[in-house]
Amino acid sequence: MSKPDNELTWRDLEIGGIVSTPGNTRLYRSGDWRSQKPEYEFSRCIKCGLCALYCPEACIGKNDEGYFTADLFYCKGCGICARECPVYVISMAEEAE
Amino acid sequence: MGERTGIEVSIAISEAVAAADADVIAAYPITPQTHIVEHLADLVANGELDAEYIPVESEHSAMSACLGSAAAGARTFTATAGQGLELMHEVLFVASAMRLPIVMAVANRAVSSPLSVWGDHSDIMAARDVGWIQIFTENGQEAVDNTICAFKMAEDKSVLLPVMVNLDGFHLSHMIEPIIMFERDEVRRFLPPNDYPLPLDPEKPVAMGDFAPPFIFTEAKWAQEVNLRNSYETILRVWREFGEEFGRYYNPVESYRIEGARTLLLTMGSFSETAMTAVDSLREQGQSVGLVRLRLWRPFPFEELRKAVKGADNLIVVDRAISLGGPGGPVASEVKAALYGEADRPAVASFVAGLGGRDITRQGFEEIIARGIEIAGKGGAGEYEIYGVRE
Repeated sequence: MSKPDNELTWRDLEIGGIVSTPGNTRLYRSGDWRSQKPEYEFSRCIKCGLCALYCPEACIGKNDEGYFTADLFYCKGCGICARECPVYVISMAEEAE
Repeated sequence: MGERTGIEVSIAISEAVAAADADVIAAYPITPQTHIVEHLADLVANGELDAEYIPVESEHSAMSACLGSAAAGARTFTATAGQGLELMHEVLFVASAMRLPIVMAVANRAVSSPLSVWGDHSDIMAARDVGWIQIFTENGQEAVDNTICAFKMAEDKSVLLPVMVNLDGFHLSHMIEPIIMFERDEVRRFLPPNDYPLPLDPEKPVAMGDFAPPFIFTEAKWAQEVNLRNSYETILRVWREFGEEFGRYYNPVESYRIEGARTLLLTMGSFSETAMTAVDSLREQGQSVGLVRLRLWRPFPFEELRKAVKGADNLIVVDRAISLGGPGGPVASEVKAALYGEADRPAVASFVAGLGGRDITRQGFEEIIARGIEIAGKGGAGEYEIYGVRE
């Protein structure tokens, strides 16, 4: 779709609201919903990746140093990673932004 | 042209679905619709219809399977009734919003409790706002003809909407009637192959039934509403084409002996035929009475209805369902809304009758008409009256 989302009219929609451009959910900033954000104490991290496995948004990936961090564009702040981390690396802090 | 045959209406509908060469039937049996899907299962099992028959575990699953089938571009049919229609309720909205051309026969039945397998319109009235095209039929021939028409309406590129063909449970579904059946070849000439424009296809991936945040939901609903309203012209065109091909013509609003009638009766469904005999009898007695029948319930034929009742003094609407704690009859409520803005409109009297399979006889309609003339236009008549209840 060529127009910005908030300029789309009902005439711009495909039949039944079908989305014919694959992968455009990636443009959707679900991080907007967040009221808490994960903070990390990497000195305790054993790089097990459990947080990434549990993340329902699949938005946790490895950074250059091999630590696992959430992509805040998508992270909804649910806190499952903090709850599941076996070595208490992650804590949830209030999202100020 | 096929032969005029004595046949149960349900079986005739199944034969029409087979003549339309349906690709997929996903259904769960429920009285009084059972014979329709049972016979289709036979036709598929016997190799007389080359289709997938999906026996599902509930009506919710039946309609869900129909979504997938129609999305894949298959010509899709199902049937249900009463509780079954309610169990598939949420999926009905999905079918219309996703613009999937599914055809469904609904053998209208009262909804529990108390348990009743017999006919009335409480099932469909609870599914009034699901965004489907909704047609009501009065006899077996109409049910069969409209099943054929429904595929053509549903699959038309400008429509792409699911269509319900309503027939009164037992009063129609289980009757053996003389019906002019179809040759498969003539139906296939009338009905072009289904060509769904954006079917599920691994070569061209699409996402259907997506999520819509507030910034786009209103636009999605308005697109759906415009589409359903615009389907009206195609519905008329399909009925016209059907008439030209088979000689039987259908209209959104049908009338019977309305010329100069001061009082009009308005009905929907199979009891319209009994109502005609009441009109005949009253006309013979010199009364100025006619009958208007609604065939198309959604999209609602506002203009045709206004035209049909224009000039009458009294309009007596008989509903076969009750909107509890509300205006009484759903049809009367719609009719009153359609007429509200008219300067010259008949006084409307609303009756609820024929619930849970109770017959309304010719004499019954005569009583309703007499009472209707008495109360129409009198402010003290209340929202509606129920006919035939024992005090």
